[in-house]
Amino acid sequence: MQIRKTMVILNKEVITIKSEQDAVFFRNRVTEHAVKIRMTLINQTKLLTAASELLRNMLRYAGTGIVVCEVLSALNLKTGIRLTFIDKGPGIKNLEEAMKDGFSTTKSLGIGLPGAKRLVNEFEIESSMEKGTSVMILKWQNV
Amino acid sequence: MGPFLLVAIQVDLYDRLALRLEKDLVNMVGKKKAKGVLIDISAVNIVDSFMGRILVNITRMSKILGAHTVVVGMQPAVAITLIELGLPMSGIQSALNVEKGMELLQRKCFGLE
Repeated sequence: MQIRKTMVILNKEVITIKSEQDAVFFRNRVTEHAVKIRMTLINQTKLLTAASELLRNMLRYAGTGIVVCEVLSALNLKTGIRLTFIDKGPGIKNLEEAMKDGFSTTKSLGIGLPGAKRLVNEFEIESSMEKGTSVMILKWQNV
Repeated sequence: MGPFLLVAIQVDLYDRLALRLEKDLVNMVGKKKAKGVLIDISAVNIVDSFMGRILVNITRMSKILGAHTVVVGMQPAVAITLIELGLPMSGIQSALNVEKGMELLQRKCFGLE
């Protein structure tokens, strides 16, 4: 991960998610940061939509969790927002399956995870039955 | 509004609110014997898979009750995001704005099409 070392965190905030209503507050905070770094409208929409999918997963499967919201700068060339969704839920049994379009253990459409991945520049997921799930997404301001 | 129901979504919806909208709206279609439903989403910044499914559901349920549904005013950024997300919006009729949506409904409901 060469890129990682050259990234500087400009701002970090932890948002606790306990209920659906927190989602509205969370969206507003992310929007504020996005506007501040002059993220394009289309990228804002993509980031928030991806975040909305991940937040729903968190609430549905784990009930509660936290989101770490960071404003990043890479080599002073580009700025972006990194969101990390961390929960202590049951974890995802089969990550490979979960990342496929149309796969769902509930009755949902099963496009949340793969769809969110398509909307952002970087996507990382870790999950285990013991620790829960952590999903990181990153969107640059205009890439 | 005569035989048409007009709904303008003015706030960012969270899931429970969207579900209530679905229920209330479909109930209203039955109660008012509406022939058409026009949903204005021009103030909506995010349509994710859940919200998209609610729109498809409203369209399908209203259809069973004999009403056409038209979604209007979708922001271009939202449209681009929806397609990239991979949401199947099959069955949804849409129009650029309220005027065009009303024209479409009138054509659909009063036999010009």
